[in-house]
Amino acid sequence: MDLTLKIWRQKDSQDKGQMVDYKVTDISEHMSFLEMMDVLNEQLVNTGEEPVAFDHDCREGICGMCSLYINGEAHGPDRGITTCQLHMRMFNDGDTITIEPWRAAAFPVIKDLIVDRMAFERIQQAGGYISVNTSGNTQDANSLPISKHAADEAMDAATCIGCGACVASCKNSSAMLFVGAKVSQYALLPQGQVEAADRVKNMVAQMDLEGFGNCTNTGACEVECPKGISLENIARMNREFMSANIKG
Amino acid sequence: MSGILNSSIGRKIAMALSALFLIFFLIIHLAVNITSVFSADLFNELSHFMGTNPLVQFALQPVLVFGVIFHFVLGFVLEVRNRKAVGNISYKKNNGAANSSWMSRNMIYSGLAILAFIVLHFIDFWVPEINHKYIEVLPEDPTRYFGELQHKFVPIWRVIAYVVAFVFLSLHLMHGFTSSLQSMGVASSRKKFFKNFGLAYSIIIPLGFVIVALFHHFNH
Repeated sequence: MDLTLKIWRQKDSQDKGQMVDYKVTDISEHMSFLEMMDVLNEQLVNTGEEPVAFDHDCREGICGMCSLYINGEAHGPDRGITTCQLHMRMFNDGDTITIEPWRAAAFPVIKDLIVDRMAFERIQQAGGYISVNTSGNTQDANSLPISKHAADEAMDAATCIGCGACVASCKNSSAMLFVGAKVSQYALLPQGQVEAADRVKNMVAQMDLEGFGNCTNTGACEVECPKGISLENIARMNREFMSANIKG
Repeated sequence: MSGILNSSIGRKIAMALSALFLIFFLIIHLAVNITSVFSADLFNELSHFMGTNPLVQFALQPVLVFGVIFHFVLGFVLEVRNRKAVGNISYKKNNGAANSSWMSRNMIYSGLAILAFIVLHFIDFWVPEINHKYIEVLPEDPTRYFGELQHKFVPIWRVIAYVVAFVFLSLHLMHGFTSSLQSMGVASSRKKFFKNFGLAYSIIIPLGFVIVALFHHFNH
């Protein structure tokens, strides 16, 4: 298929940036979206132009590195996938595809389609961990019985890959689905109880410090999340936060 | 506790609490108004009670006014903060309809329409009432309320303005009701019930106000 691509080009964080049109031809419908981008970049390199910078790593939907706002949606028009899992069969011959970086003040553009997502790392560092003694006397996992329901919910929350699609899709650039998932995965398990109050307070404080917006419950994040992280995690974070502050 | 008030979640909770308070107030308001369709005497009696009872006048009314102002001011504060969080460059192409409802994305605009209506509503009913009781201090007539209400809905432009405002109120509530419960951390096991209840509330309550306005326009 032949396509017209409208891509955000920005030399560096200081550059104003602009949309630039490109043509790609003979794109197979079996290609992934990132492979199509590879074809474009090969074309650009061959003509002596600067290739388009975009994030990618595992290309298996696991690492959370790939991003891209494609035709007005995070990770493109398909559901429950990352951009590397998006196939060109989702598009038609002759289509014009608009490709932009995540937009949020807390995710500044570094170059072209790459944004700085270190804000998520700093939120994790503020409380997204448990203190476990691993110096040779680790307890057997089965010594702490955990209900199947709680284990499943914690696992579901833990599948968040921190890609930032929730922030990118949110009209308020809120990070509450990400933080809600990270708070929940520990709040649901006994191992997470020791630091529970400090965790939610510190992670929310860091989230606010990073300049993410206020959630208005539009639910866009849940729809666009490649891992299907539920809004219930935000509700749980709200409960955890209220409980932690009331207890002092 | 100070952490709650200075945080994004705290602002969400404050917004939700003020919303739930106003949602409860709408039931009381409609309950009184709807009596005017069935009985002029009962409407006069209830209005006279509401207008003269010291607890309502000097305790509940200031709380209500504060609740309304608080909800609007915090709504604007959140909107400004959220626009700042989005940054200076917006998407060239954004398909918001693919992942969220129109109501949820446009709460500020439905809210502004409701604010404009409240200004009109205050000019129509609240300002004359305050003038009657506390400025001109006119003699109290317990039977005046029904006639005043009917008189207000004679001009068709006012009826249209009220009906349009109630459509916006309905749209605002369709997202606001369940959103406020989500902000309060209501568990997902109860969400289906509240979603249905919220939808019913969002339609029935504004529709009740529309019926009152239309009834008095066509029956004066």
